Amino acid sequence: MTKDLKTHRLSTRHLLGIKDLQTEDILHILETAEHFKEIINRPIKKVPSLRDITIANLFFESSTRTRVSFELAEKRLSADVVNFSASASSVSKGETLIDTVNNILAMKVDMVVMRHPSPGAAVFLSNHVDAHIINAGDGTHEHPTQALLDAFSIRRETGTLKGIRVAIVGDIRHSRVALSNIFCLLKLGAEVMVCGPPTLMPKYIGDLGVKVEYSLKKALAWCDVANMLRIQSERQHLAFFPSLREYVMQYGVTRHVLDGLKKRIIVMHPGPINRGVEITSDVADSDQSIILQQVENGVAVRMAVLYLLAARQSM
Amino acid sequence: MRSKVILGKEQFQITIKRLCFQLIENHHDFSDSVIIGLQPRGVLLSDRICDTLRGLLPKSAISSGSLDITFYRDDFRRRESPATPAATEIDFIVEGKKVILVDDVLYTGRTIRSGLDALLAFGRPAAVELVILINRKFSRQLPIEPNYVGKAIDTISSDTVKVDWKETDGEDAVHLVRNRKDDKGS
Repeated sequence: MTKDLKTHRLSTRHLLGIKDLQTEDILHILETAEHFKEIINRPIKKVPSLRDITIANLFFESSTRTRVSFELAEKRLSADVVNFSASASSVSKGETLIDTVNNILAMKVDMVVMRHPSPGAAVFLSNHVDAHIINAGDGTHEHPTQALLDAFSIRRETGTLKGIRVAIVGDIRHSRVALSNIFCLLKLGAEVMVCGPPTLMPKYIGDLGVKVEYSLKKALAWCDVANMLRIQSERQHLAFFPSLREYVMQYGVTRHVLDGLKKRIIVMHPGPINRGVEITSDVADSDQSIILQQVENGVAVRMAVLYLLAARQSM
Repeated sequence: MRSKVILGKEQFQITIKRLCFQLIENHHDFSDSVIIGLQPRGVLLSDRICDTLRGLLPKSAISSGSLDITFYRDDFRRRESPATPAATEIDFIVEGKKVILVDDVLYTGRTIRSGLDALLAFGRPAAVELVILINRKFSRQLPIEPNYVGKAIDTISSDTVKVDWKETDGEDAVHLVRNRKDDKGS
């Protein structure tokens, strides 16, 4: 019976970033997500696992996909959910982050999912409050659940991540998705290349163990999977390239570019897509693109993260 | 610690065959019935029952599947570490069918309670029955009783019942292990 089941505990109480996760933790999350993927395709998509848990979703920055995805994951695990967005809260009246969160925790909340524009906000919070913290994106630092769901999506397409070549293309400098993806993919044995204009490339990114390439053509010829990133204009306070039109000419993936390759690559995008900028519509909607699978997998992966972290809480 | 064989190899097979005949008595050609084994160990029994039934009823198509109950357990967060889930494979419609749930040992009844919850997520069966190889009497924590029993035994809570399968453990057998503290291991 139950004694025969293999058991594993996550090495951490919080999910703050991929950098601090052990490879076994990542694999365990991906394995668990496979089961949740099966569950969310059932007629009744809900399991009662977290019915005694309350989760607060704190979004200090705008988000559609991640927020809906977390909320669905929480609801499908039967958790109670409270939503909070900065614009409609006391934050606009000058309350500090710790005060805001402690007030919410005083109402007996067990887990906090937080997106914040400042890098390190999740780590800071985890040092000061008692609940489990899940980082849903902190500025230009990390976005761990996105990296996990990207790894999960690639693994479902290719069967493995060992030796798979992934090119991350676009605004590497301002992207938390890029950083989390690099950590996650390298831990799982994939090869990673970053590609973008030199102005949008962090100076010492090569030290993380990734290849750096400035030519889109060369990057696509090298890779099995291309993860296209959005130009984060909301974080760009300088002109990093002459014009959007010029960026599109150099780094936009079009049908023509893909047809020019001698092989079939998988195209990914964490969303939101700027159609006609980083990829054109005919690429985004083609059978090479797994963008919508990524969104579906996101719910399963977030269910796995919430489930495994909640299990760390002793009664 | 003392171990006693309560079902040997031959008796084991006779018992499974008897359970199959009892099932045929109530379910005839299994056209309205489906068999679902509970992961992980109930699946071994349900596979054996299905193989035997297919031998006895070569003309019937017997639908069988497996059900994982990990996410429905009531001891989540009360355990040291989370149970690792196993696969659920139900590729038929449960709605309106007579479902035969299969597990190896019935003890507290909590696994079956989770199993019923997990099963109802797939639809509304016409009826649910329970097949158990070993029924540990007097230890139920919930009002759940089996419809078909391989063997009923009296045990106390410190005892363990171990079901060995040819497929995984090399031989078919059921052992009763006494773990009593005053037992000097004679």
